[in-house]
Amino acid sequence: MTRTVLNCGYVPLVDSAPLIIAHELGFAAEEGLELNLMRQPSWSALRDMLGLGHLDAAQMLSPMPVAMTLGLGGLSAQIDTLMGLSANGTVFGVTTRLAQHLEQITFGDPHALLAGLEAWGPRPLRVGVPFPFSMHRLLLSYWTAAAPGLAVESVTVPPPRMAEAVAQGHVDAFWVGEPWGSDIVARGVGDIVMAGSHVWGFAPEKVLAARHDWTVDNPETTQKLMRAVFQASRWLDLEENKPLAVEMLGRSEHLNLSHEVIEPAVTGMLTPTAGAAPIRVEHFLMFHHHAASFPWRSQAAWIAKQLGADSDGTAAAMSCCRTDLYRKYLGPIGADLPGASEKVEGAMNEKTAVSSSRGQMILAPDAFFDGRTFDFSSNAAE
Amino acid sequence: MNACDISSVRKDLRILVVEADAAKAKNIIDALLEAGWTDLHAISQVSGLEQSIEEHAPDIVLIDMANPDRDTLEHIGAVSNTKSRAVAMFVDQTDPHLTQAALAAGVSAYVVDGLQMNRIKSVIETAIARFQMMRQMRSELDAAKQALEDRKTIDRAKGILMRRRGLSEDEAYKLLRKAAMDQGRKVIDVAQALVTASDLLG
Repeated sequence: MTRTVLNCGYVPLVDSAPLIIAHELGFAAEEGLELNLMRQPSWSALRDMLGLGHLDAAQMLSPMPVAMTLGLGGLSAQIDTLMGLSANGTVFGVTTRLAQHLEQITFGDPHALLAGLEAWGPRPLRVGVPFPFSMHRLLLSYWTAAAPGLAVESVTVPPPRMAEAVAQGHVDAFWVGEPWGSDIVARGVGDIVMAGSHVWGFAPEKVLAARHDWTVDNPETTQKLMRAVFQASRWLDLEENKPLAVEMLGRSEHLNLSHEVIEPAVTGMLTPTAGAAPIRVEHFLMFHHHAASFPWRSQAAWIAKQLGADSDGTAAAMSCCRTDLYRKYLGPIGADLPGASEKVEGAMNEKTAVSSSRGQMILAPDAFFDGRTFDFSSNAAE
Repeated sequence: MNACDISSVRKDLRILVVEADAAKAKNIIDALLEAGWTDLHAISQVSGLEQSIEEHAPDIVLIDMANPDRDTLEHIGAVSNTKSRAVAMFVDQTDPHLTQAALAAGVSAYVVDGLQMNRIKSVIETAIARFQMMRQMRSELDAAKQALEDRKTIDRAKGILMRRRGLSEDEAYKLLRKAAMDQGRKVIDVAQALVTASDLLG
């Protein structure tokens, strides 16, 4: 049988794991697919290549398909979110110099941090983020909006260069995905002070995206791709597979990094400052557990709201989440399907059982640091 | 339209080239100069790009598609509340051919909102032509380098055979070529395998 070759764009990060594992462990081959993994130099390049048809599918930051749907940023196109690739997995940190001002603050306390940063500021806090349309920047804006006295300036720094920007003082703080936060700590130029999950307990981070037209023209290939990625995500969240995952991700053709830098994300054991003992962060990075790969329409609605969308825009953002395809293609191979495709975002402080196709499933806490909840059910019309 | 008209039209466009490689930056600037633009600036890196944008207030920013600093430019265009005018990536919906040509040549352009399309278009066409030329030169250079590398490997493989089997240079090469033909591989691949094996065996 000849395999269908798929050009698949990605940016080398720990959370590109589902695509790398789908390729390396043969989950794609089992579906008759050959994933041609094409490393992209930037998120803008990836977006252009996907939008203009040079890539069939790609790993994207979760706000990117929403931004493109809303016509924000460089290139607008009808891009669908097929499924989630990961939830959480980002960290916020500060330069070692700024960390001295925040010494008394416990790791992972967003309220105390805000107060500390507000007290510090002789000038706007410059924060490095990976891209304007990233969960990093949206969480940063959402979080710092709670401190009106704190002026924040976000600036995009390509993550592999974040450590350098921190070392040279171009930024005072950073919000990055792993392995780049641990890289900064390992070099002794900055400290991690909280994880993204301390601001939003369950934030969609990377998604699998494709052009809407492509999914219509290639239903079978879309199905195969989603199945291969789903199997890889399920494999990745099994405890016993983590050492092998770290080994494969580190290889030169993928992340090309040492195991020590990759491990924290995969194990959830973060070292906040050079030489300190690691701290365990619950639900640090999820690929499969707690419906991490389900493309919740309410998450897209939250993103659209942060990007300033009106109700039409929010509805458009929700409809680019292909929960229909997820149910149709992944249900038959054992994916547990939540009863609804929207939830009230931020409503769960604890793990919560909800009804699902197989009885009930356990969702992870998804609370916001300020306790707010977001109900988009009036926008819902599936 | 005569040449004088063109230059008088073109003078008032301010173009900023973001390129780390000085030779490449000069190459692009030269192409734009030849085509009649004179208000040109080049910067090598993006730390402080925001200040550069404010300082130069360019109408058009040209940057290599493969440059990771593009994301920083996008941010300035999309979110920053700089006093400078809004900058957006150039995508011509009315001329998708031009957009695809830019993608193929590996150049991206960011333009100030509200510029007339015909003025932008000629800058981008000039940039596309120069990027294509540089790409061509680069691939020829890479091919020449590769050929030299291959030559060295084959020479080493011949040397190994000459020493170990007491062959002449000509005989050594013939043996390599025969092995390659028998196995349906390229001479360089057989030579590489021999060199690797020999290195491992010491």
